[in-house]
Amino acid sequence: MIDVAVVAFTQRQEAAISGESEVEFMVPLMEQAKASVGLTQSDMGFTCSGSSDFLAGQAFSFVMTIDGTGPVPPISESHVEQDGAWALYEAWVKIQCGGIDTAFVYGYGKSSPGSLRDVLATQMDPYYVCPLWPDSYAVEALAARLMLEGGHVSERRLAEIAARSRASAASNPHAVRSEPKSVDEILAEEHVLDPLRPSDLPAEADGGCAVVLAAGDRARELCERPAWIRGMDHRGDAHTLGVRDLTSSMSARLAAQHAGVADDKVDLAELYGPFTTSEHLLIEALGLDEDGTAINPSGGALAAHTMMASGLIRIGEAASRIWRGDGDRAVAHATSGPCLQQNLVCVLEGD
Amino acid sequence: MSSEVLQAPLVLEYPFTRSTGPVIGAFLTGLRDGVICGIRRADGTVLCPPQEYDPLTAEPLTELVEVGQAGEVVTWAWNGDPRPMQPFDRPFAWALIRLDGADTSMLHAVFAPSAAEMSTGMRVRVVWRTEREGHIADIAGFEPIPAVETA
Amino acid sequence: MSADRPEARDPLAAPAALSAPVTLPEALAGAEPVESVCTPIRMAYTYTPGRALSRYLRAMADKRILGERCGATGQVFVPPRGVSPLAGAATSEVVELADTGYVESFNITRVPIERRPDLKPPYCSAWIVLDGASVGFLGLVINLAPEEVRIGMRVRAVWKPDEELETSAANILGWEPTGEPDEVITDYERIGRIEASDP
Repeated sequence: MIDVAVVAFTQRQEAAISGESEVEFMVPLMEQAKASVGLTQSDMGFTCSGSSDFLAGQAFSFVMTIDGTGPVPPISESHVEQDGAWALYEAWVKIQCGGIDTAFVYGYGKSSPGSLRDVLATQMDPYYVCPLWPDSYAVEALAARLMLEGGHVSERRLAEIAARSRASAASNPHAVRSEPKSVDEILAEEHVLDPLRPSDLPAEADGGCAVVLAAGDRARELCERPAWIRGMDHRGDAHTLGVRDLTSSMSARLAAQHAGVADDKVDLAELYGPFTTSEHLLIEALGLDEDGTAINPSGGALAAHTMMASGLIRIGEAASRIWRGDGDRAVAHATSGPCLQQNLVCVLEGD
Repeated sequence: MSSEVLQAPLVLEYPFTRSTGPVIGAFLTGLRDGVICGIRRADGTVLCPPQEYDPLTAEPLTELVEVGQAGEVVTWAWNGDPRPMQPFDRPFAWALIRLDGADTSMLHAVFAPSAAEMSTGMRVRVVWRTEREGHIADIAGFEPIPAVETA
Repeated sequence: MSADRPEARDPLAAPAALSAPVTLPEALAGAEPVESVCTPIRMAYTYTPGRALSRYLRAMADKRILGERCGATGQVFVPPRGVSPLAGAATSEVVELADTGYVESFNITRVPIERRPDLKPPYCSAWIVLDGASVGFLGLVINLAPEEVRIGMRVRAVWKPDEELETSAANILGWEPTGEPDEVITDYERIGRIEASDP
């Protein structure tokens, strides 16, 4: 296994970036990420991105953003119609294959032109479910009631998760929901989709992020304290909601096992839980101890949910805390699909 | 020069006609004819709606069986403000419904007057659309079965 | 179905037949099978074009065509996207282009396109290089029989009447011949190409 580290990270998240196109707001992020370690695109052994045409409302929308990398003459490049965390996984595998020691990864989403919760109905089964257009909040609300009535979680616990996210987000300049609220204030909110309250929902944002990966000595040259990827795995549950146990996440648990989360203490965890319910399930599935592990010090996706980037941002947030010495061992998680259907877990360590 | 952001409506429409294959096709044939099908797994349990492959073992599944037209609400969420494309323009409940004779649940709408009329475990029955073509929306939704009838 | 069965299937085993014969319940015996289903998707967006295209569209309302220059290579792109694919960096300068240029390539469409009843076949779509631009962009050649269009032909924009102008590329109804001598293209290999080494 080749040692690979996250050595650079930039991000931008705002409630709506209406005045700029995707490539316009990504170019400065891409440039800053590369410049922060003194690299240019020609130094990159591989480039991989994650985005979604359904957010952009445009087929092959990602090719316009590739212009921002400088792809003439053509670069070694790939794209996933997935969160950028899966692009990072592909880049990590590419480095493992040998021959390169750097990779550039980015993910972005501008969902404000459409209605994200409705657009996400199109990820459901196209024969049985999508024609009814259940939006993403409705689908999560079904899981939430199962969890609440089955005694897997309490409304107070969900409100505590929401309050913690708001409090942590206060120090995150990229958060779009950071006004403090007490647990009781959150419990007094009216339901949006009973049993979910507004604070249980993701704070939708536009934006993106860029990451530089480097291997071995190259990483040590570029970064004082590289955030080494010690394990990474991704797994998916069945597509059909009715055959899944929505009160736990088998795929997140297996991904965490294979990434080696439990091998040592975890100082901090950045979890992509779009809903309070998902964050609760993830803490259980990853076996995290909230007394010893700082959960979502950035506020997580509850504070800023940038579709197709929130997972890669979790990896960047966790890595930057290792660079700064806020922790020695961190877990980053990304998800995709309804009710945590797919999960990626990445373990990062400083020397 | 104005600094106002230019904007324009953009509507994407995909008029998909999908091939069903034999399993989904049988389910939709059933809906058209007022019958609901599940499919039997090797351990005897029944998936409804039916799938071509067992989600745990990847075994191909072939034995379609008729299930009931009433069942139990496994979970539900009250949709007080229905979205444009959803099955009903008045508030309704989304629910996962396990039909009698099935071991898994299907997602659909339950037409109840208010959230107060909804509960997990409640009995519901199918409401058929009059004109049916072989589509999941041939089921208009489900309606609560009054307790006196279930007693 | 919550059993933990991560390794349920041997990944090296041959896959099962993709469509094994199915058996139907009695109630469906002899029923005409449904074999396809119409599941249309419709999504409504409010599109916002970003900085560069907004400038371009606003200029269109004044019958002006804006391109953008790559600071590293000097090449001028139209329509502008705010970025140079040569440099992988934001463009450095907005450039006003002439509304004249030449046909770099073209095709003739002889079949109608659904939902575009305004396009009456046969019509000519052309890749038009504006004077001052480094790359071509798409337009219709009009006021000329499609068969008479040729590579190198000089053309000018035909704009909508002033009172109908909007912030839209549709302000250009098409491109008509200027009657000037053809652009002489000596190196056909170069058509449609941009190269980082260009001035």
